[in-house]
Order: sequence, then structure tokens, then C-alpha cells
Amino acid sequence: MKKLTLLCVCFLFGALVYAQEDPYIKENDTTKLEEVILIGQRKLSNYRQEKTLSSIDDYLEKSNRITMIKRGNYAWEPTMNNMASQRLVVTIDGMQIFGACTDTMDPITSYVDVSNLDKVSVDSGQEGTENGHCVGGGIDLKMPSSKFYGTGLKTSVDLGYETNGNYRSAGLDLEYTGNKFYINADGIFRKSDNYDAGGHNEVLYSQFQKYNLSLQGGYKLSENHVLDANIIYDKATDVGYPALPMDVSLAEALITSLTHTYINDSTRIKSWESKLYFNTITHIMDDSKRPDVPIRMDMPGWSDTYGFYTKATLKENKHSLLVNLNGFYNRSLAEMTMYPNDSNQPAMFMYTWPDIRTLYTGIYVKDAFALSEDKTISASARFGYHNNTIAEEVGLESLQIFYPDLTDSKTRFLMSFSTDYQIKKDNYDATFGVGYGERAPSVSEGYGFFLYNSFDNFDYIGNPNLENEKALEVNATTNFYLNRFKIGLETSYFYLMDYIIGDIDSDLSAMTIGANGVKIYNSLSNAKIFDVYLNSEYKLSDAFSVNGTIGYNYGKGSNDEYLPFIKPFSYLAEINYSRNLFNAALQLSGNGNQTNYSNFYGENETASFAILNLNLGNIFYLKENKLVLKYGIENILDTNYSTYADWNNISQQGRNFYINASFVIN
Amino acid sequence: MKLKYIVLILFMALFTTACSTDDDTNDSPQEISEVEGLTKIKEIINNSHTIELYSESGYFITGYNEVSLRIKDHTNDTYFEDYSISWMPMMQMPTMQHSSPYSDITKAPGKDTVYQGYIIYQMTGMDGSGWSLTFNYSINDVDYSVMDTITVLQNDNQNVTSFMGSDGSNYVLALIDPKDPKIAINNMKVGLYKMESMMSFPIVEDYTITLDPRMPGMGNHGSPNNTDLTYKPVEGTYQGDLSLTMTGYWVLNLKLMDPLNTVLKGEEVTEDNSQSSLYLELEF
Repeated sequence: MKKLTLLCVCFLFGALVYAQEDPYIKENDTTKLEEVILIGQRKLSNYRQEKTLSSIDDYLEKSNRITMIKRGNYAWEPTMNNMASQRLVVTIDGMQIFGACTDTMDPITSYVDVSNLDKVSVDSGQEGTENGHCVGGGIDLKMPSSKFYGTGLKTSVDLGYETNGNYRSAGLDLEYTGNKFYINADGIFRKSDNYDAGGHNEVLYSQFQKYNLSLQGGYKLSENHVLDANIIYDKATDVGYPALPMDVSLAEALITSLTHTYINDSTRIKSWESKLYFNTITHIMDDSKRPDVPIRMDMPGWSDTYGFYTKATLKENKHSLLVNLNGFYNRSLAEMTMYPNDSNQPAMFMYTWPDIRTLYTGIYVKDAFALSEDKTISASARFGYHNNTIAEEVGLESLQIFYPDLTDSKTRFLMSFSTDYQIKKDNYDATFGVGYGERAPSVSEGYGFFLYNSFDNFDYIGNPNLENEKALEVNATTNFYLNRFKIGLETSYFYLMDYIIGDIDSDLSAMTIGANGVKIYNSLSNAKIFDVYLNSEYKLSDAFSVNGTIGYNYGKGSNDEYLPFIKPFSYLAEINYSRNLFNAALQLSGNGNQTNYSNFYGENETASFAILNLNLGNIFYLKENKLVLKYGIENILDTNYSTYADWNNISQQGRNFYINASFVIN
Repeated sequence: MKLKYIVLILFMALFTTACSTDDDTNDSPQEISEVEGLTKIKEIINNSHTIELYSESGYFITGYNEVSLRIKDHTNDTYFEDYSISWMPMMQMPTMQHSSPYSDITKAPGKDTVYQGYIIYQMTGMDGSGWSLTFNYSINDVDYSVMDTITVLQNDNQNVTSFMGSDGSNYVLALIDPKDPKIAINNMKVGLYKMESMMSFPIVEDYTITLDPRMPGMGNHGSPNNTDLTYKPVEGTYQGDLSLTMTGYWVLNLKLMDPLNTVLKGEEVTEDNSQSSLYLELEF
């Protein structure tokens, strides 16, 4: 189970053990620069075909364990193992970055684009703790490594158009590579109007527009030392959230980092990478385009993070060791101003995130020990110090309304352990793992002040006295190879203690007009989440293959209620035809009826659905240059559907014709 | 809005006074500091003395007014340190006149020349007219009296209310604290007075006032962890916890109960009844 490595085999245990002598840098030697994006896409599409210009969101969604919660057509929130943002650690190349929206309308995956990234590393459960504490897993969006090929200037241009929503996208990538120096500049622009759900039903307020610019450069100080600098600027404006009562007028991120890398194959320390980083996010919610709201309001939020990590990989005999020391300081502030309909009354103001400062430092150690050629045992641990401080006096006093004894600072110690055993034979492989992990409550869970959740229609109050959430986890993955047939099973079971979830407090009156009441974050004594996926693939010939996946998930709390956002029975079937210059795929994906829905947490039963997609791709070589064409039809039958993860049952895209063209100019 | 202009004008007035007091800084620097942080409301003058009235704001307004005063001797422009003084506010109406709740005047703690007390103006006339203030005082066993009209501005929000209870008595209820409300649990303090006659408004003791703050601008939502206001004999006021979850316009719905828990005035706020008939208002 564990590794759902979406793209490059980056952190497989086996890879770490047996391929450690090829640290990432070397891997890039075989990679043509201009193909970074394409390679990524293609790697991803082992199971499905891809658009070259697909968003990170589309990208992540192809993983079995990842489902995107959709509040519109933009900024989907990743969930892994049926757990959302607060239970995951999502990082950009090891950098901590936190969304600035109190309603998770800006998962950090929305602040980067495919053009910024080289690969995405998805690690389930406690395997995902290299960069931070989590219970559900870790997603690390990896930026390209340094490259000193001396190949000069490369240019690539991407253009995309989709009929549904009149979605236009364009990207330009310029790269100059010398022997001691490289620089890469890229930009991408995306704009979509309202999309149509199946049956030509326009979904109002589903438009968005964004651009992303990034600049990365590196200098080779000496044979073993490299210095890299990276800056990403991402700005989305006019983003509609049809499932919510508010839209976003601005979501802006500046992400910067400076990295020093030491690589040496001949020493015990194989690599040593240190990074200093800073990122700042501004997120402004806006309801000015909605004609009918009970009250007008502004809800801006800010999140700034400063951090570092320094990590080293060591190899000694049969041990492969990874040590990662990291730390960050985050400031999260959000406020709400409401304008009464009676203009004689003054505006109403409150801090919804009362300037919460989070300071974290921790150390992560992982050792993989090769028992024999085909058996590996590995263990990892993370220990951390976590402190929250309420910097705003007003914020502290506001929360003291609910918690009179609250002080402005709270310190937690967090730990996580995992171990697994892996066998790799010619005709089968298997991994068994167990883990234990803890996480601190998120800023919203700990300190949120009247955060309205339109899903269950309750206002939420944070609870600074929450216990750490703890997870015990067992997982297993196995694959059998029989000639042209491959069958695999992956499963995991989480037993979560002090599971954090909102609890109705009937004594409190809701602030939001029309809300059902107020929930205070509280802990269930335990909750259980189980998932299992069966994957199979049959190669009819070298070009033709069919594959299929079925999945089942289950989640229940100690209060005997089903947990929300638990994926129902799901399936995917695909026929692939793949040649060097042409590929095609027809896929059927769908969910069963959501029978185990959680009425208690505001869910209703989402009906089963199935959609059919057709994807095609061509590659043309024109002298030195290359043209990659991807085109196809999504939701061919124009089915009107929504999934269990669609906020307030918002309907998903109907039929969509798309075409993406990438020109690579050498 | 109106208040802002008034404050501005008063500030300008303050500047002028400050300049003039600057002149006698040389003579008596100590006396200047005695009214530091206060703004002069008015001077009431008779042949021999000037009574200077001060407050933080520099004006009288409906509701609870904390007043500081000192008496200047015309003969040598110094301020008296020891005297006894009482006051009587009076509202002249077309057919009758009445007073209001007020305190005794006592020497301000730590001060030599400054005395203090409070007056609660339960209403005011058009353009702030109608009120007068009479002072009776004695210095060195000589009695003096002085009276002058004063201006009492109308506060924008209802920070004082007079009403008849179900027991047939008339009461005056005034908001004293919070003066600077915060998003927090505020200490709320009100004064409750029974109108025994047109001239007599003694403090009412040992009643209970329930509290239910609401925001009519936002679905009339309330706030948690408020407490009922109970009588504090030392201060002679009713006090309790008022939690305000955001800035803005709040209606503090109240219910007055006598020691036998008989409701004298006010109702519960319900779906059908958005406001109690006994309430105060707050804006910040």
C-alpha cells in the first residue's frame, strides 16, 4: 500500500534502499529538460491518459486514494484516505505553506501549477510524515531539481482549449542551461467561464481566472555544491464558488526559497540539502457578485510562513538513512466585516482567525535496512515541538468568551512512528506496515471564531483545549504478476483516537443568518476508517491493455455515526492503446450509491453515477522540434452527476471537448 | 456623526482653554495636573467663585455622566481645597419640573482641589435645552449658592431608560460600563433608581436584571456566557458579564425582577418577540 507514487519513483522504500546511489539529481541526467512537464504527465497516466495542461487538481485526482472535494471548478481540496487538509501534510518541495482561507477554499495545491513542478509524491498514512505530522498522509509537490547540461536555450509553448466553460489556457516555458548555471522562467494562464453540467445546465459562479509565474535558477558552486533559488507568484482573481455563498476576488501567493545541495556518491553522506523559505498568501472572499445575500460581508485572510529544513541521506552497508530537521513559523490571520442592511448601524467586525502564530520544529529519521536482495525492513520516526500563540489581544479576549481560562500560548509535543516490511519477488511483491501518529489541531479547529460551514450549515468555534488527534494504522499492499496479467490489492485501516470533529452546542446561537446552530470542535473518543482497492491490468498486446480498479471505503465514529466524506463503492475501467506516436484510451469511471452517508454531519445520499471519457494523443516530430497533441471528450454521454465529495451536491461538468497542444522548440 | 462634530468643536475649545491655563502654569503647576485628562464642560460663575465642571468627554450627554469639579476663588485665582458641596440637576418642562438620579459629591481620591460625582440625565430637551444645575456649597462655614442652565446632548443610542414597572413604580436604568466595549467578556455595570418623587431617585437594591444581548443587524443572534446583573452594595450598581462576539450594534435585552423574582419589566427574546421592552443599546 503506502506508496501511491504518482509520478517519478521518488520515495519508495525500495528506491531509497536500492536506488539511493542514484539520488534525484542523477535521475535528471536522463531527463530531457523540456519534457519535465510531459514526463510528469505521462508518468501519471499509467492508468489514465492526461491532458498536458491539466491542473494539479486533475492530476492528483487520478490517484486511487485521493479524492478532490469540489466547491466549484477551481481550488479543489485534496483528501487522502478519506481525510481532508487538516489531517494531511501538504508541502511544496518540503516547504510548509498554509492556506489563508478559513473555509479551506484555498488548499495550497491551488497556489502552484503543473509548470512549477516536476513530480508529486503521495505517501499514505504515517509514510507521509517526512515533512510534518499527519494522520492521513503526505503530499509533497516537488519542484524541478537543478540541471547543468550545457544544452543552451529551450522553449516550449502550451496551448489548451476546452469547449465546456470556454476554458482557455496557455503556457510558456523558457529555459537556459549552461554548465555551471541554469535559469528557467515559466508562466501559465488559465481562464474559464461558467461550466455546464450535464444536460446544458449552466452552473452559475463557476468561472475562474488565474496566472502563475515562476523563476528558478541555480549555480554550481563546485563539483558537489549547488545553490538554487526559486520564486513562484500565483494569482487567481474572479474565482466563483458555486457551492458556497461567497466567491473569491483574490487568491495570491508568493512562494520563495533558497536551497543548497551537496551531493557526493563517494562519501557516506550521499546528499545533504538545506532550504530556507518564505511564503505569503492573501485570500479575499467576496460576495459582491451575488445578487441575493442576507448580509454583505468581506472576509480577507492572510498566512505567512517562514521555515527551513535540512536533510541528509546516508548509506552505510545495508542501511539507508534519511534525516530531516525542519522548522517553521506561521502567522494566520483572518477577519470578517459585515455590513448591516440598515446603513445607520456600524459595520460588524471580528477576527475569525485571531492572529495565530504557530512555531514548529521537529526531526524525522528513517532507516531502511536490506535484509536480503528482495526483503527490506524500514522504520521511521518524527518528533516535534509545536506551539500556538494568539498574538492579537482582541483575539484572545474573543476566545475567552468561550474559554475564560484560556491563555495565549499552547505547547504540544508530537510524535509519529512507522515501520514496514517489503518483499519483492519476480512474480509478486508485498508490503506490510504499521504506524502510529499524532497531529495538532489546525488553526480553525483550535482557534476558529464563528467559521460558517455551508456543508452542514453550522457556525464553528475552535477549541484550544483539544487533545492531539492520534492514529494507529495498519496497511498492506500486494501485487501478483502472471504473464500478461497483473492483480493488486491495497488496503489500510486507521483507528483514530480523539478524532476531531464539530459537536453541536445547543446553548449557542448561530451568528450566520439562517445557520442551524453552532458547533464546537470536539473529540470523538475514536473513529475507524478503512479502505481497500483492487487493481488489475491485462496486456492484450504490446499496444493494447485493459485495466480496472474497484474500491471500497468505510468510516464510522465512536458515536455510531458514519463519518462525512467517506468514498462510496467506486470503480474505474479503461482500455488503452499506446504506440510511440499515438495513444488512445476509453475509460469508464463511477461510484455506487452512497449508502453509508452521514445525515448527522450534513450529508445526504448521493446517487450512483458513471461517466465515459475518451482521450487521444499524438506526437509529431518536426526536425529538432516536437509537437504533442492531446485531445478528447470528457463525460461523453453528458451525464448530469455529482459525487459524494461535491460540496452541497454541486453538479459536475457535462460533456467537454478538449485539445491541448505543446510545442517544444530546441 | 453629529457627535463627531461636537467632539471636534469641543477639542478646539479645549485647545483654547489649554492655552489660557498655560499662562498660570507658572503659579500653580500642581493644579493643572489635577484635571489632566479631563475636558472642561462648563464654568458656573457667581460673584465670588467660578465652579469649573469637567468630564472626560467635555460635555453632558443623556445617560450616565461622571463629573469632576473644582471651585476657583476670584480674589486670587486659586482653587479651594476644603469645602462641602451638593448639587441638584433640574429639568424644566412646560407643565412641571423634575430632577434625575445623581450621587453625592465627594473629594476625588488623591486630589486636593477636585471633587467628583455622577449625574444620570434620563432625557433631554430639543437642542439639549431644559436642564439646569444648582450648586449649594459652603466654604469656611459660609454658604453659597449658584445656578445655571446647562446643555445636555442626546446620545445616539439608548444608554438610559425610564419606565414604569408592573408594581406601578417608575424606574430609571442607566448603562455605566462598558464605556469602551471590546470583543470579549465585558464587565457590565448599570445603575437602577426608583423615582420616589419628582425630586428623589434613590438606588434600588437587591433586584436582578437578566441580560440577553442581540445583534438585530445579523439575524438577531445572541452571544454566549452572559450572566445576570446582580446588586453590588459597595458600588451601589448592578454588575454582570456581557459577552460581545463582534463589533457593531448590539441591543442589550433586559428583564427586571424584584427580590421575589416578580418580573417588573421586560420579556424574553423569542422567535416572535425580537426585542424586550426593557433594553439598552451599544455600538462599537
